[in-house]
Amino acid sequence: MAIVALGGFVAGGLMAIQHLRTRDARWDVRSYVTIHLSLIFALGVLITGSIWARASWGHWWVWSEPTLVSFLIITLLYATYQPLRFAIEDRERQSRYASVFAITAGAFVPLNYVAVRMAQSFVHPRVLGTGNLPGKMWLTFAVALAGVTLVYLTLWKYEMTAKNASAQLRALRRKLAGGEDFEQVPTRRSAAPDLVPATESLS
Amino acid sequence: MPALPFGHAGKYVAAAYIVFFALVLIYVSIMAVKLSRMERELAELNELADRRLESGSPAAPPASSPERTSPPDPTSRPEQPERTPAPAAGGPR
Repeated sequence: MAIVALGGFVAGGLMAIQHLRTRDARWDVRSYVTIHLSLIFALGVLITGSIWARASWGHWWVWSEPTLVSFLIITLLYATYQPLRFAIEDRERQSRYASVFAITAGAFVPLNYVAVRMAQSFVHPRVLGTGNLPGKMWLTFAVALAGVTLVYLTLWKYEMTAKNASAQLRALRRKLAGGEDFEQVPTRRSAAPDLVPATESLS
Repeated sequence: MPALPFGHAGKYVAAAYIVFFALVLIYVSIMAVKLSRMERELAELNELADRRLESGSPAAPPASSPERTSPPDPTSRPEQPERTPAPAAGGPR
């Protein structure tokens, strides 16, 4: 789950690059959904990881372990993503600043990963790429990784489809607006991206 | 640090799975609530379109140019019409 969450953060940064290059709002939505989901997964990693650490090491959290603390730092870093978006009212600036943040933070993730692997490990084992994982465990690890990745992709598609349907609905509401018997709901200020082509699919 | 025996660790592993399951469940539930809201809105719009068809009025007023592919900025929207009670949401047709 941690690998998928970190991969999602990096993917969100790549999508943000695409957004800045093309100025296409759909890339901003994709980046937003990717980071949003990765943050939820990261929260899951912190909770389930602590439970696992208690079972494996006898401690809920070890502050001297760089692997744990660095993951917490990354999660806290990305926890500022949504408040940042919400703080900017202008949608164009919001998407631009959010993309810059996503790229910067996304670049920090692999750097952080390398730094942690170079640091001395206290309790967390280094198993990937070191030959410390036996064959049977590799199989289990690969199946689990594939499963979590599929869950992530399914939820990503689910949220993208919901956002697309919501945008289409808003466009339809706008087209039908003007009738006296129609209740117009003013759009609220939101951290979620809004500028969505009404006739095109997002995903 | 020594690892705990498997019998003792089993309940922690189960707890970790439960937390993961709960997280996914909460996420899916929130999305389901949003989906229900969209369904209600769609039924409302459907009913409105039906009423307009019955009364013979044009379906879509020229609120925006047809070339527009993205919704206009909501902050720059012209004056909102007075809110009236929403029509009773009927079931999907």
